[in-house]
Amino acid sequence: MMRKVFDPMTTRDIVLIALFAALMAVLGIFPPLTVPLIAVPITAQSLGPMLAGGILGAKRGALSMALFLVLVAVGLPLLSGGRGGLGVFAGPTAGFLFGWIVAAAVIGWLTERSWRSLGPVTAFLNCVIGGIVVLYAIGIPALAFIAGIPLWTALSGSAPFLPGDFVKAAVAALVIVALKRSYPLVEARG
Amino acid sequence: MISLDEVSVRRGGTLVLDGIHGELTERRIGIVGANGSGKSTFARLLNGLILPTSGSVRIDGLDTKTATKDVRRRVGFLFQNPDNQIVYPTVGEDVGFGLKARKATGEAASARVAAALERFGLTGFEDRLVHELSGGERQMVAFAGVMVLEPRLLVLDEPTTLLDLRNTRRVMETLAAIDQSVILVTHDLDCLAGFDRVLVFSEGRIAHDGPPAEAIAAYRALAS
Amino acid sequence: MIVGLYRAGNSVLHRMRAGVKLVALALFGTLLLSLPSLWLAASALFLVCLAYAVAGFGLHTLLAQIRPLLIVLAILFAAQIWLADLTAAGLSVARLAALVLAAGLVTLTTRTEDLVGAIHATLSPLERFGVDAGKVSLAISLTLRFIPLVSQVVDEVKEAQAARGSRKPVVTLIVPVIIRLLKSADAIAEAIDARS
Repeated sequence: MMRKVFDPMTTRDIVLIALFAALMAVLGIFPPLTVPLIAVPITAQSLGPMLAGGILGAKRGALSMALFLVLVAVGLPLLSGGRGGLGVFAGPTAGFLFGWIVAAAVIGWLTERSWRSLGPVTAFLNCVIGGIVVLYAIGIPALAFIAGIPLWTALSGSAPFLPGDFVKAAVAALVIVALKRSYPLVEARG
Repeated sequence: MISLDEVSVRRGGTLVLDGIHGELTERRIGIVGANGSGKSTFARLLNGLILPTSGSVRIDGLDTKTATKDVRRRVGFLFQNPDNQIVYPTVGEDVGFGLKARKATGEAASARVAAALERFGLTGFEDRLVHELSGGERQMVAFAGVMVLEPRLLVLDEPTTLLDLRNTRRVMETLAAIDQSVILVTHDLDCLAGFDRVLVFSEGRIAHDGPPAEAIAAYRALAS
Repeated sequence: MIVGLYRAGNSVLHRMRAGVKLVALALFGTLLLSLPSLWLAASALFLVCLAYAVAGFGLHTLLAQIRPLLIVLAILFAAQIWLADLTAAGLSVARLAALVLAAGLVTLTTRTEDLVGAIHATLSPLERFGVDAGKVSLAISLTLRFIPLVSQVVDEVKEAQAARGSRKPVVTLIVPVIIRLLKSADAIAEAIDARS
């Protein structure tokens, strides 16, 4: 498996990575959805890591998120709400941004393991584990550290985003399963 | 010169090309055939984008299997949809891409890019964003990006399908003016007037091979 | 298409090399985070504001950088007063503001292509370890090329669905969009190979 990580990338891999980084940018343009009962707006952008991991697999998915963050860092306003530049990586949500790379890797890894029997339920669980559990596990401590607040405060501050993230995991799962049927790209492992 | 030795291509379970054999030496060669007849696969064999399942393809004696890199330096390829061919956001960068990929940089490279832009009526377009151009202009950018590499042989896969009449004429005039050998895959039979030889593909084989008028008649007979 | 956040100018900061600015920013951040002192954080914040003036930016630009953070800073300040004391509150707010403003200043004074160049220069020595700086640059350019292409595909799929009179949930929009993108990915990869 380690050998696989260092396999040279084909031109097609690079194109797919760039394509999902671009998709991520376009998801940032969609206006946020406000749902009654949920206090915070749902942005489409955090669908990106779930789709990238679940459709491209671990390595390409994670690299597409890294590429997207590089473009944000060099000054393109590609984060939802038109944010960008190096400032966002010093801000309180920096952990969630870096967490996208790990989230895509974890979702991709889980997708590769479960590929043969991948259905909507498994895909949803993969997205929840990578895109919510792992992402929050990175984002919340980073938020507490950068802002200098207790972990518990950071956690309760992030809780309102949970319902939206579960909706996104469900949407991503349906898309991943549909793509598996019509255009499979992931290599089954394990 | 292109030589084909019993070339077959199998994709999945189907035989896309079936025992193509012969030599192509003419300067203007047209390829026609129904959808799925194998003509696009044939075009892709010529610069190693697709390798034969059996048999061999040689360009000036170079085998596409073993000398893919050298073959690609000799054979330029223009695709149907410029959107799939243009990889850089601005015109100047994209036309320069192939040179950069071949490690040609500096003033000589810039001069070649400038010359290619001029030839395709794109002078002054260097910093224009590709996605703001019209479809015809984009095909010119794609064409310039291939010709800047000075290939000896140019393969075009339905380059005029997405173009209007004016831009089609422009591509054809450019083709008529260049010195290189040309292999044109097309559905537009009018484009083939003045060609030296036309191959008609049908179900993975060459169904007819001859001068344009004769070949087009054979193609029409096949379709009816 | 996408306009970067760079603001043209001719100050010392604009002329400074991208790599130098990035290293300075990293040192600045490390220093601030490793020495929790209100005095240091406050002087850092003052220094950054001064640097905005040196770069020729007014108060308006400075405030625009900090505006997305205002609510967070206010909550942070209140939470810290409640949990600790005024000094701690001042420290964390000043430190966060200084960091974000400093990073924003690098972005405002450095062209995107210079930052991409700095990335390329950083990666080049790593080529012997299998890192291909050329491929990274290609990927960056491809992404910029694809952003308008992806929005175009989104519009076309929306249009096609509207023409058939369907207004369906998100999933039925995303799936055809991604399938079309994946199909063009194959053609694009082929075209890149043909030219390299």
